[in-house]
Order: sequence, then C-alpha cells, then structure tokens
Amino acid sequence: MRRKLNNLEEFRALKAKCIQAHEAEKHKVLVCCGTGCMAGGNLALYQELQKEMAAHGAAYEVSLTDSCGGECVGIKRSGCHGFCEMGPLVRIEPEGWLYTKCKVEDAKEIVEKSILGGEFIERLGYHLNGELYKRQEDIPFYKKQTRRVLEHCGHIDAESIEEYLAIGGYEALMKCLFELTGEQIIKEVSDSGLRGRGGAGFPAGRKWEQVAAHKEPVKYIVCNGDEGDPGAFMDRSCMEGDPHKVLEGMIIAGVATGSTEGYIYVRAEYPLAVSRLKIAIQQCEELGILGDNILGSGKSFHMHINKGAGAFVCGEGSAMTASIQGNRGMPRTKPPRTVDQGLFEKPTCLNNVETFANVPDIIKKGAAWFRSVGTEGSPGTKAFALTGNVVNTGLIEVPMGTTLREVVYGIGGGIKNGKKFKAVQIGGPSGGCLTEEHLDLPMDFDSLKEVGAIIGSGGLVVIDEDSCMVNMAQFFMNFICEESCGKCTPCREGTTRMNEILSRITQGDGRMSDLDELRSLGKMIQVSSLCGLGKTAPNPVLSTLDNFEEEYIEHIRDKRCRCGVCKALSSYVITDKCIGCTKCARNCPVNAITGTVRHKHVIDTNVCIKCGTCKANCPVNAIKEG
Amino acid sequence: MEKIDMKFIDSVLEHHDFDRTNIIAIMQDVQEKYRYLPQDALTYIAKKVGMSESKLYGVATFYGNFSLDTKGKYVMKVCRGTACHVRKSSNVLQALYEATGTSEKKATSDDGLFSIEIVSCLGACGLSPVVMVNDTVHAAMTPDKARELVAQLREGA
Ligand SMILES: Cc1cc2nc3c(=O)[nH]c(=O)nc-3n(C[C@H](O)[C@H](O)[C@H](O)COP(=O)(O)O)c2cc1C
Ligand code: FES
Repeated sequence: MRRKLNNLEEFRALKAKCIQAHEAEKHKVLVCCGTGCMAGGNLALYQELQKEMAAHGAAYEVSLTDSCGGECVGIKRSGCHGFCEMGPLVRIEPEGWLYTKCKVEDAKEIVEKSILGGEFIERLGYHLNGELYKRQEDIPFYKKQTRRVLEHCGHIDAESIEEYLAIGGYEALMKCLFELTGEQIIKEVSDSGLRGRGGAGFPAGRKWEQVAAHKEPVKYIVCNGDEGDPGAFMDRSCMEGDPHKVLEGMIIAGVATGSTEGYIYVRAEYPLAVSRLKIAIQQCEELGILGDNILGSGKSFHMHINKGAGAFVCGEGSAMTASIQGNRGMPRTKPPRTVDQGLFEKPTCLNNVETFANVPDIIKKGAAWFRSVGTEGSPGTKAFALTGNVVNTGLIEVPMGTTLREVVYGIGGGIKNGKKFKAVQIGGPSGGCLTEEHLDLPMDFDSLKEVGAIIGSGGLVVIDEDSCMVNMAQFFMNFICEESCGKCTPCREGTTRMNEILSRITQGDGRMSDLDELRSLGKMIQVSSLCGLGKTAPNPVLSTLDNFEEEYIEHIRDKRCRCGVCKALSSYVITDKCIGCTKCARNCPVNAITGTVRHKHVIDTNVCIKCGTCKANCPVNAIKEG
Repeated sequence: MEKIDMKFIDSVLEHHDFDRTNIIAIMQDVQEKYRYLPQDALTYIAKKVGMSESKLYGVATFYGNFSLDTKGKYVMKVCRGTACHVRKSSNVLQALYEATGTSEKKATSDDGLFSIEIVSCLGACGLSPVVMVNDTVHAAMTPDKARELVAQLREGA
C-alpha cells in the first residue's frame, strides 16, 4: 500500500526517491509482456530470469517499491515494443540491446553472459541481410520511427507508477494543477494543433473549449478505447504499455474543462489493457493522484472503466455514451452534439486514447515542440498498426506527413516473400486503399481525404499481388453488414444490398450493370446514413472500384479471379514444373489427382473441391490457382 | 437446464450496486461464470435492477459478446480481422470447423467441448492469423496447427 501524497512537496520527494531507485538499477532487463510476446511465452521467461538471478546469488528487483537501495539489476515486465513479428522480445539496458525470438531456455545464457558478463549474445540478436544489429535503436524498423506517444512502451515497467514518476510522469499534471489555469491549458493544446487521433481529426483544443464553456457542475471526460477497426492495435499497446500516460492526459482534460469524472471504454477483446489500466488507477488512488482534492489542489477526479461487449458501432461517440449508460449502443441524430449533451445528457469531452496520450508532453514541452514534427495542418506523430503481407509487422509511430513508401519499405522492410506490392488498405471499414501511385504521397489527415482514403484510427494493412481486391471489398462490406446497428435504413438495407451484389460478383454471377449499381448505392448510403458508420461504409468498395475496376470486370466478364482467392472462380492446375513426386495425389482428400511417379500429374476439375491441400503441399510450387 | 446459483447472481448485483446503468458489466460477470446468459438469470436480474425483461433482452442481444445459448468448454475465437484475413484465416476457420464437427450454422460441437466464434480483431494483428482459446492467444495459425490444437484440447479434456 502506498502512502497518500498531500501536497506538491510530497510529490517531489516521492519522485526524487523513484529517480534514485531507478538510477540504482545499473542493469535492466525488460521482458516484453504485451499480448503478442505473452502469447509467445514471455511470462515464463520473466520468471525463469528471476530464478536464474537467484541461483547466481545476484541482487535483483522486479519493482522500484521493493528497491534494495543499493546498486542492482531490475527485471521488468514492459509493454509492447511494437516489433511483434520478432517476438518474444527482451531489451537489455543501459546497452539498449534487443534480443529477438527468445525462449524460456535462453534465460540462463541471458543472465550469465549478458547481465553478469556484459556480453552480447549474437544468436538472439536481430539479423537483417546478413548484418547483425545489436542496439534496438539501430534496427531499421525502429531507426526510421519517431516515437513520442509510444516513447515508453517497452522501456518501462507498465505496472509501476513509481517507474512512470521516475521518468517524469505526472509532471505535466502538476503543472496543470498548480501553475496553469484551465484556459491556459486549453490554449496550449489548441496552439499545438493536436487533432483527434480516433479518425475524424477534429481539433482537440476546440473540443475542450466547447466543453469548458458549459457552466454546468457535472461534465464528463470519456476516453475512446474501443478500437473497433479490425487490423488496428495502437490504442491497445498504448493502454497496455504506458497506461499512466493515458490517465494523465484524461485527468488534465478534466482539470482543463472542469469535469471530475472520467470513463475509459475498452474493448472486451483487450483483457490485458483492462487489467493494466485497473492497476494504474488503483496506484493513482493510493497516491491521491486520483480522488478528491488531488494533492491539496482543490481539484478532484475519479476514473471508471467500462468494458465493451463486442459492437463496432460503440466506437461512435453517441453510441459509446449510450453503452456506458447500459443501453443498446446505437448512435443518435445530432445535434445535440456530445460536447453539449453526451454522457448522462451532460457536456462530455470524448477523445481517443492516442489523443489523450499526446497531451502530457504538449503541456510539459510546449506547443512549439509538438509542432516541430508533422505537417502544418496535422502536427505531431501518428501511430500505425502495420500489418498484412509486409516483412516487419508491428506497431510504429512516424511524423504526420511521412510517405507510404517510407512506411512500407523503410520501416516495414517491403513485401513478404518477395511478392509485388499491390495496395495498402488504410482506415479500415471506413477507409480506402492507396496504390502504387500514392507511394510518395505525404500522409496526413487532409492529403488522404483528397485521394478517397482516411488516416482513420491508424490500421495500415499491406496487400500483395495475391490478394483479390473484390474479395477485400466484400470482406469489409460483410463486416459492416454485421456491425450496422440497424437503426437507419440506408445503412441497414443499403449495405446488405451492396454485400449481395459483391457476393454475386465473387461467385461468378455478376452483371456489368452491377458496377454502376454499386456506385450509386454507395453514394446514396454516404449521404443519407445517420452516423459515421453508414456514411463511410461504402468507402472500401468505392475506393477499390476506382483503383481496381479491371479486377471487378474480370470477375464479371471473364469469370476469373486472377489471384485465385474467389474459390468459385478459381481452379487448380498442375504446371510443367511438376516433378511427379505423387505427394499431391496422396494428399488429395477426394482423389481428384492422377498421374504416375516422375510424370506430370493432372487434376480432374470435376472432382476437385478446391481445398488447396495440393498447392500447400507441393514441394516445387508447381500448382497454380487462377 | 443448468441450475443457477442465485447467491452468485446476488453478489454480482451487489457488487454493481443494483444499478441499471451497470447492466452490461453485470451480464459480463454472469457470462464469465456460465459462459452464456441463462434465461432464469436474466429474468431475475431484470427484476432486481428494475428493468423490463424485454429491454434487458434488447441490450443482451445487441452486443456480439453475449450469448443466450450454452457454450462449449473451449470457446475458440477465430479472428477474421483484416490482418488475419489477408493472411488466410479463413482456411484456419475451415480446419477448425472440420476438426470439431461444427459449422457456420452450428457453433457448438455435439460433445459440448468446442464452440467456434468468429471475431473481428483480437488486436494481436502482428501475430496473424490468430485464434484465442478462452483467454490464451495462439499465434500464426495454420490449418495443421489448428487441427493439432483441437486434438490437444480433446486429449486434455
Ligand atoms: C462507426 C464508428 C466507429 C468508431 N470507432 C472508433 C474507435 O474505435 N476509436 C476511436 O477513438 N474513435 C472511433 N470513432 C470516432 C469517434 O466517433 C470519435 O470521433 C472519436 O473517438 C473522437 O476522439 P478524437 O477527437 O480524439 O479522435 C468511430 C466512429 C464511428 C462512426
Ligand atoms: S486482425 Fe486478427 S488480430 Fe487483428
């Protein structure tokens, strides 16, 4: 149990103690305990490392609260480093070494060689094109990023407020509590030009101003951690890896706008984020950073957590507040807007996780610092979840205005398995695709809108030549149909019709007139839907129609899917590469393949069920689909 | 039908102050124990928090995570988010259907061991395709690994 802090002096004293304990850890081992690396078994490694340390009689600590006072080694559970592809990861400080693909069995060697011996273990280092990268910051994946929001993710113990304090945490809040007025805080946020990171890019300062202007005694702060865009996990990593930063941003918003209650709405699929946030909230309450009369400042703030229950539309502001109130999460007509009548019909400041996480640094370092990266209209950085057919998948953060080429090739390392780049799907079910011709476009809120895509929440899915764009479009439309709340007709019925048309095209029953139909339905849904879900739902279809119309036409006219993804249109053929190994024939579940040893085999297309087993098993890649 | 422990339901209600606005959290706690929402429990909860049964039913059926049907011992959530989709999660889903004797229309296997659910993103996209069994994430799945996983769980059951 922590002792409650009563004033700023006590805060400073505690902070000094934390810094001291932090610096006494001459070595730190940061075991990544993000969702990815935990799935890879890193929790066991974390425990094994401690056992090994004990076995060697070496002093170590797992938390600053049990600091031994003198010099020692810290073994910490950190949040996600972002490089999930290479996980499980372990970082060694002060050297900054990164070990990749670690296993429990490596614990002994890490302790003996690296911690006690100061020696780098090459086997666990990151290799690229025959070159070894020892330091995390030198690895191309990290070198080309600018980590601000994610600065601490992977570098601190995500479950320790002491560690957050040691690196300057809650300094910004102290400034807001004891030095700045509400107007001054809001002015700094406005001057910084921070725009909402949840999708629409609305200026955060203006929103805060609108909420602050209401003279009501009860107002709310809501943090949108629903992150419904399938293929995005920035907010999750933020909440898991640096939960105090999000809380600090929210409390500052509360102080600035005069609200005393905060709600964080987290997706149910993120149990780890919920537990880390709960721990963080409890620590704040113990220290009196949350609660009544925070550090004697006269300001109060209380924090609540709500778990979502699996409805994408709850990411929309008015649906989210309905859900927090225990109702069906359906959006309502606006106005009144959430800033005027939001949660429990009170003025509500609703921002995204990443938006709040940007705030502490803006207050601490100033608006000018924030504007030192990014573009004029979209200052700062943006976190993206880079996924799909790219070599390095993971969580990245780059200045606004970075080009797609830099992201996909510079950081992502290019397309997986030497395939060709086809497109990037950005902004999820509300977004669109960017193609080859957009590779050098600087990406920010405004530039992407011009080309029919959006930054959205930051899901960036790389698509290679083997992915069918019609199938992608149908994939998103199917998602929308399932997630439409059903309140308004254009969205409920319109998207169902679009889905039917797309499904008929992928089944080989499309008509040429379908293309016009899709376009006109899409436009109609965009203009007449009630909420953002419907208004943006046709985007993935319209964007693929604009950029890849010939693929649609091939499906309709030639009954052909060039990527072999649409099963109804594809058939398997054995090419001359076949060496007659008989493996395919032996593995075929319906005996559709015939042939003799060392001679080319053939597939009877009348019997074939297109399961793809033969292709997956062929040792020489002789089976083609298309 | 399963016998409902009303004492447990009472403790959940109490924990949430019998507050109607906490109804989602209440149902989440109940579902965590029973893996679905038993009808008797819902009727009881509606009465206790002062909400009509139809209204409660409306909330329960709105959210994808709530289930009014019994679930298998292992709930296998197959991610069909974008990242998993482009890395061919549909093949993994197919393999799971076949291995457990379930289908799109029949979510739970006859032996009551497995329920297959499709979810839209587990937020572990870097490890796609992903399957989550109860609370454990299984990364970089293939049809073969999926079949193995089912066999393992069956053996351990
Ligand atoms: C269907 C739909 C889903 C949304 N999902 C999210 C989400 O998952 N996370 C989020 O932060 N914003 C989401 N939004 C945007 C929110 O409505 C809102 O604009 C945002 O949270 C405001 O925060 P910001 O200004 O900080 O971006 C969604 C909007 C719509 C229409
Ligand atoms: S798309 Fe499957 S975990 Fe995100």
